[in-house]
Amino acid sequence: MTATAEADLHDRLMALAERQIAVGEVRGVAAADPVNLPMIRHWAAAMGDANPVYTDAEAAAGSAHGEIVAPPAMIQVWTMPGVVRDGRQATTPVDDVLRALDGSGYTGVVATNCEQTYHRYLRLGERLVPATRFTGLAGPKRTALGEGYFVTWNITWYSQDEPVADMLFRVLKFRPRERKTKPEAREPYPLKPAINRDTAFFWEGVGRGELLIQRCADCGELRHPPGPVCPSCRSVERTHVVASGVGEVYSYVVHHNPPVPGRSTPFVVAVVELPEGVRIVGNVVDCPPEEVGIGMQVRVTYRQMDDELILPMWVPQES
Amino acid sequence: MVSLPGSTAVAGIGATEFSKQSGRSELQLAAEAVFAALDDAGLSPSDVDGLVTYTQDTNQEIAVAREVGIGDLTFFSRVHYGGGAACGTVLHAAMAVATGVAETVVCYRAFNERSGRRFGQPDARIGGEPSSQGLEMSWHVPYGLMTPAAWVAMFARRYMHAYGVTSEDFGRVAVAMRRHAATNPAAWFHGRPITLEEHQASRWIAEPLHLLDCCQESDGAVALVVTSAERARDLRRSPALISAAAQGAGAGQLMMTSYYRDDMTGLPEMGVVGRRLWEQSGLGPADIQTAILYDHFTPFVLTQLEELGFCGRGEARDFVAGGGIEIDGRLPVNPHGGQLGEAYIHGMNGIAEAVRQIRGTSVNQVAAVRNVLVTAGTGVPTSGLVLSAE
Ligand SMILES: [Zn+2]
Repeated sequence: MTATAEADLHDRLMALAERQIAVGEVRGVAAADPVNLPMIRHWAAAMGDANPVYTDAEAAAGSAHGEIVAPPAMIQVWTMPGVVRDGRQATTPVDDVLRALDGSGYTGVVATNCEQTYHRYLRLGERLVPATRFTGLAGPKRTALGEGYFVTWNITWYSQDEPVADMLFRVLKFRPRERKTKPEAREPYPLKPAINRDTAFFWEGVGRGELLIQRCADCGELRHPPGPVCPSCRSVERTHVVASGVGEVYSYVVHHNPPVPGRSTPFVVAVVELPEGVRIVGNVVDCPPEEVGIGMQVRVTYRQMDDELILPMWVPQES
Repeated sequence: MVSLPGSTAVAGIGATEFSKQSGRSELQLAAEAVFAALDDAGLSPSDVDGLVTYTQDTNQEIAVAREVGIGDLTFFSRVHYGGGAACGTVLHAAMAVATGVAETVVCYRAFNERSGRRFGQPDARIGGEPSSQGLEMSWHVPYGLMTPAAWVAMFARRYMHAYGVTSEDFGRVAVAMRRHAATNPAAWFHGRPITLEEHQASRWIAEPLHLLDCCQESDGAVALVVTSAERARDLRRSPALISAAAQGAGAGQLMMTSYYRDDMTGLPEMGVVGRRLWEQSGLGPADIQTAILYDHFTPFVLTQLEELGFCGRGEARDFVAGGGIEIDGRLPVNPHGGQLGEAYIHGMNGIAEAVRQIRGTSVNQVAAVRNVLVTAGTGVPTSGLVLSAE
């Protein structure tokens, strides 16, 4: 969107907000049920609130209230619309503002404030009516979630004509950031290893988050890269050990040119010497290239390159 | 037993121009170089009964034979491992001649390595197949370690660490090669020497290697005629006798990523070649007047000086800094400018320069040359030659 179009949109939203503020308080539909004991009991149980004044008539009679009252924090419950919308819900002055924001790309929503004020306890049998006032629109603001507008409204609950509770509610309506990482991650990584029956165990181990070193089942010699025949005793009986996952940079390069498919430059590739006595090649990541050096202590980590391939990589041990 | 040393010779050398865009097919380049080498020797295509090239060459022996008009072939062979094949082609040819399998064998290497397929560019396919080489690559390629410069840089970093070698030490090799090329009209970098400052300022390729640590990329072809020493004596040029020819691979060898051997600061495969060369020729480092050392990347020129016995371990930096590899130095290295300066024809152009040094016809001729050492690709299974004057 151009800067001019953005400015026009902002002006339209603010003008709408002015109009909706001017509408003032709009009464909604009365609660489907009066304040009642079964609902209180469910709520108190779910919230772990064992105060007998909410559920035990005898205890309540002996309290300052003289009868059962509803927990004040239940206030929203009484007039909350059901899961199935049946068209009986009244419109509020907030609706047009939220719809306008949705239509302008501010489709994300997150609640930021909810402040409730209780004027008195509610008794069984009281039937509440909510009334909504739209009170403010502020923005656009840059936030961690994306650019957005803060939308604020107030609800007052009435029993007959007496206000019994108020709530200030504020949400952030935002434009979700472009999620670049996901589609990229799905792109196939072009640098796939060739795998055969002699090397499959290594890549299967990597898939489980284990760094495996081939071990001769007869003489016990460790070997990397692996191969089908033990060079020491000719055995073809192979097993493996799980490496400790730590190592030391034996040598390394910082690749700058030419560009490498699937990689952004510069990147570091190192020969890592393992305490088990073998060397292995991998990238050193999460570390500026200029801080990598021979002798640096590293530990293994695993990176998902695409839907199929995980590669073992190395990070500084202190991190 | 047939004896190799001294019984065969390089009797002819030929090449195309060295460029960045030859404008013709690799097969045409091969044919042109073979014609030039035969003309140089004073032989005709019908005299040729053997052909040898690199496994990597795209021109089949029979295709070259067809274009050049060579008739029956009784010997054809290929040598593996990229530039490590260079002197190996001459070894295979010499063995064929010494054993009577063939009489006149032409070795050739032809490619459009700059305008066609460039070896320095990453190719995601190299690790793709579960051949032994594909599996070997698969321990490196997925991490983006997939260019020759980066493979060599890994060795270079450890070498620097072990001996306190600096990027400037590598740079002095590049400066010397470009100085030699500057006075060689056939060199791509003819008239274009560089300074150490320019080397240091050149962009990073794979740290610790700068751009100017890396040889150029070239289009071109070189061919060599190998025949018996006896026959060579009757031909147009004075023969360059093959005093020794050897191939070498070391224990625990990988294609270009032998990072799993105890030491990463040497070139054991070149040690194998060197020992064989000295043994066959009965010569030693002191008997060599000039050397053609494979210089696709500068660090391995230092390593080769050590591995072949021209100086001790870790001493090559001082050998080079002291002018040891200059034309008037203790061991003039690559008087033609090497692959850093003349052209990258996978080491084949260096063998041609060795022949010129024996003949006394190089543009940067070293005084009183009797024996020239030539090496092939470094960091890979490799090969070497000692060529000698009569
Ligand atoms: Zn064993």
